Amino acid sequence: MAKKMTKKAASKKTVVKKVSKKPKKVVATPKKTKAAPKKIAPKKAAAKKVTAKKVAPKKAAPTANTQKNLEASLLELIRSTSAVLPDDVQKVILEALEREEKNTTAEYAMNIIKANIELAKKKSQPLCQDTGTVLFYVNHPIGFDQGAFTKLIEKSVVKATEMGYLRQNSVDSLTGENSGMNIGPGHPSIHYHQHNKPTIEVRLMLKGGGCENVGAQYSLPYGPLEAGRDLDGVRKVILDAVHKAQGKGCGPGVLGICIGGDRGAGYIESKEQLLRKLDDKNAVPSLAELESEIVETSNKLGIGPMGFGGKTTLLGCKISALNRLPASFFVSISYMCWAYRRQGVELSGTNEIKKWLY
Amino acid sequence: MKRLTYPFTHEAVRDLKVGDMVLLTGKLFTGRDAVHKRLHEGVKPPVDLNNQIIYHCGPVILQDKATGKYTVTAAGPTTSIREEPYQAEVMKDYGIVGVIGKGGMGAKTLAGCKEYGCVYFHAIGGAAQVLAEKIDSVDAVHWLDLGSPEAIWELSVTDFPVVVTMDAHGNSLHAKVEASSAEELKKALQD
Repeated sequence: MAKKMTKKAASKKTVVKKVSKKPKKVVATPKKTKAAPKKIAPKKAAAKKVTAKKVAPKKAAPTANTQKNLEASLLELIRSTSAVLPDDVQKVILEALEREEKNTTAEYAMNIIKANIELAKKKSQPLCQDTGTVLFYVNHPIGFDQGAFTKLIEKSVVKATEMGYLRQNSVDSLTGENSGMNIGPGHPSIHYHQHNKPTIEVRLMLKGGGCENVGAQYSLPYGPLEAGRDLDGVRKVILDAVHKAQGKGCGPGVLGICIGGDRGAGYIESKEQLLRKLDDKNAVPSLAELESEIVETSNKLGIGPMGFGGKTTLLGCKISALNRLPASFFVSISYMCWAYRRQGVELSGTNEIKKWLY
Repeated sequence: MKRLTYPFTHEAVRDLKVGDMVLLTGKLFTGRDAVHKRLHEGVKPPVDLNNQIIYHCGPVILQDKATGKYTVTAAGPTTSIREEPYQAEVMKDYGIVGVIGKGGMGAKTLAGCKEYGCVYFHAIGGAAQVLAEKIDSVDAVHWLDLGSPEAIWELSVTDFPVVVTMDAHGNSLHAKVEASSAEELKKALQD
């Protein structure tokens, strides 16, 4: 299936144009695709003999090239996600800083957060040392080779780990051994979705352990809060989760929530809610209202940045609903820390970064 | 802004109060889940922790392949509450003067702080770059078999910014905020 993609890409004239700009890369491709994809050395010598235009029309030629582009694009996506907070997140953080009272520990915390965001970007290094669960969300067209894509994602994750964009963060649950490469059962976590577009979109979220640990799943009715099977019950358990989290999830945070589903689907959907932009509006009016109310009420709890006490406890809340069984009513809550590292790219036909999604 | 400078003493940390913003200069030893578990199992620490500070942190460390030298590229605090079962014991057995972490700790650690003259310093969670900038050098590493994030890294720091959220006099900002937010939650749930 990967071949289909590249054939398609090769048929577009843009490939030839791009290729002719970078003759060195292209010329190496015939050797690479047929024999040893890892050998890059012969490329300089070959570059002198063959011109780009002659090579490009051959069907197999762009395979290795687009593959190399994809590796570079994925590595850049990981670097950027780890080091640079998206604009929508930065905006709400600066607003939160303005709200805090001067000369308080809350303001102090927000100022350090602001300085950290700037420094990480400048130094191109991880915003937070816990580079978290590496969660990829890939939207792809029909006829896409997930297996081949997964291998390239893994390769990029290893490279990003070697370069220090990702911490060695994957531990064998039975032996306690750290693979040192962020690869292993469940790591990285990759979610594929087919869409009706010809493009590939790759979103990445790095979700640290501190905030993952304060996530919660409630089963309604929930006796201790008298929370029933309705939106008011949902509201009660969400606020309870915010209170229980205190500052442990590196607040001020953002909630992704799923009402309904089974236990597994609920948690997956709650994380996918965190792919929404902070300034979007929920298309379901009752959920839009609940989202605003949760933020407003949580901020009245006064937990504040880092749990120091203060005005901002939550920066946002995103909720969706899945159908449920008559017997089940789950509310699944994923808490995202202020270091809300998510980014995404749309790839070009030759797998270069065409557009940033956040 | 207060300053606490190496060598640290129990007397100096007893002077600190909840809410104090402090700049630490001197030596820190990282130690998180696996280190605390191992100490709890009775293994003696590889360094003398008397009058030292333990930092709940799993840094991103790069090693120069040519020189073997380590550098810290990111080093924020990890959630401390996971060490709650062990922390007071470590205070008692090894004479530390404090711990740095995030999210605060519970009643057992607070009692330990009071009894053994320790404080809990809260660093800003997620601020890995600001905090890594305050690290001048990586002086040694111990128990690297636990994996890089879990090892004991001996760090020299200058003006490392923290907030005292649990002091040696039985006060905890975390207990206070938890109680006041519980009151607010009760009101919100009745609305």
